[in-house]
Amino acid sequence: MQGSGIEVLFLGSNFARLLEGLWVTMRISILAVVMSVPLGILFGLFMTLQNPIAKAVSRVYLEFIRIMPQLVLLFIAYFGVTRAFGWNWDAEFSAVLVFTLWGTAEMGDLVRGALKSIPQHQYDSAQALGMSRMQTFGYIIIPQTLRRLLPPTINLTTRMIKTTSLVVLIGITEVLKVGKQIIDVNRFRYPTASLWVYGAVFILYFLACWPVSVLAKYLEKRWR
Amino acid sequence: MKYNTIFKKIAALSLSALLTVGAFTACSGSGSDNASADNAGEKSNATYRTVDEIKQSGKVIIGVFSDKAPFGYVDENGQYQGYDVYFAERIGKDLGVKVEYVSTDPASRVEYAATGKVDIVLANFTVTEERAEKVDFALPYMKVKLGVVSPDSAVVRSIDDLKDKTLIVVKGTTAETYFEKNEPDVKLQKYDEYADAYNALLQGRGDAFSTDNTEVLAWALLNPGYTVGIDALGSADTIAPAVQKGNTTLLNWLNDEIKALGNENFFHADYDATLASVYGSAANPDSLVVEGGVVD
Repeated sequence: MQGSGIEVLFLGSNFARLLEGLWVTMRISILAVVMSVPLGILFGLFMTLQNPIAKAVSRVYLEFIRIMPQLVLLFIAYFGVTRAFGWNWDAEFSAVLVFTLWGTAEMGDLVRGALKSIPQHQYDSAQALGMSRMQTFGYIIIPQTLRRLLPPTINLTTRMIKTTSLVVLIGITEVLKVGKQIIDVNRFRYPTASLWVYGAVFILYFLACWPVSVLAKYLEKRWR
Repeated sequence: MKYNTIFKKIAALSLSALLTVGAFTACSGSGSDNASADNAGEKSNATYRTVDEIKQSGKVIIGVFSDKAPFGYVDENGQYQGYDVYFAERIGKDLGVKVEYVSTDPASRVEYAATGKVDIVLANFTVTEERAEKVDFALPYMKVKLGVVSPDSAVVRSIDDLKDKTLIVVKGTTAETYFEKNEPDVKLQKYDEYADAYNALLQGRGDAFSTDNTEVLAWALLNPGYTVGIDALGSADTIAPAVQKGNTTLLNWLNDEIKALGNENFFHADYDATLASVYGSAANPDSLVVEGGVVD
């Protein structure tokens, strides 16, 4: 067993490659989160409609996305679409699409839950004060909903960042795959390198998710 | 390799979902068939590129492993290297185009070839009947058998030596299936990862470890005190390039290429450049390399 293995991280451009991989991870997850939060809010509002067709449509969409493992969705979006229609979508496009669809469904359900959790008397009291429907939502319902939404949204965001590691299976080299490449090349020369490489990947993921938590804490304090 | 079973389930699932979708489009006729598929009179979802189309585009897209040294891996400078990549570079040179590499995994390489996402899969791809139903294999350029490595103190030299002993295998590998099917007397101890399996052998939790002979040979070389007692077990599996089903021009071009390269002993040169330093004198190149697509 030669060396401790930590030097593997700094061989050639290994560290830069890990950072590049992290950027790929972040690029996909940021795009997906940025799109699925507004879309999810709209979807959540759509779900609370009393219309039976709207209910049925949103139910089917939500259950489909929730039951299908993300990996299956990725395979369908990347390989399946090509198989069925001959459309050759780019791997990153497929990944962003799948994560947005998934994020929208999950976010929508969170929004629905948050809206439903506002007690009826809040609406009634607002009405008693002579507020219009717009005013009721703007001053009473939405501010309370946002506060309730914050923790689960942060949870969803970090989950999305971590779940992007699945995109290796459609050929995208993200941070975890770069780590595996580095471990594999050195598996004979530095058998203990995996500990250091996975350690570095762990820290990188932490650095990616931590600012989101900090932001959440800040907002929660401000909105108290 | 361990992804194989997961992949089969996923493939079955997505396939059934897609067949339904496919049936709908076939009825409505709204499927936008691409031109080459119409010309060839093939299935409407064939998306492959012919040799001429590849040459015109100026690049060939080849799916390789990026974390399976010494066959396909990325070195510390981010460059693709290895036995498969050496061959891929030559294909690019002989087609007169640049090579674009796509990193594939054991679980996704069939799909890559089957959907034409890449022109050629060169990812240490063992030819099996099951896979041959989904992709077209060209002539082989390598062969593998199983090997068994054991400590010098109790070298396992034949299957008989393994009777009532514990053999370490990695789940989903050909070694696992081979011993389960043919040698029920051998007690198997299964691990998910190669690293765990090797550690188990080093710690003496099993009497021997079996997987592809290439892998154990390379390992034994770097771990004094261990010997590969059996270096060619089971039937020889061949490794070949794969293309999308029906891509006959590219398949024929590859077959001609492999035959032509046989005349200059190209794959021995490939072995010397990529595998020799890993296997050293422990392996005989002729037991791994296939020249001109001819397996003896």
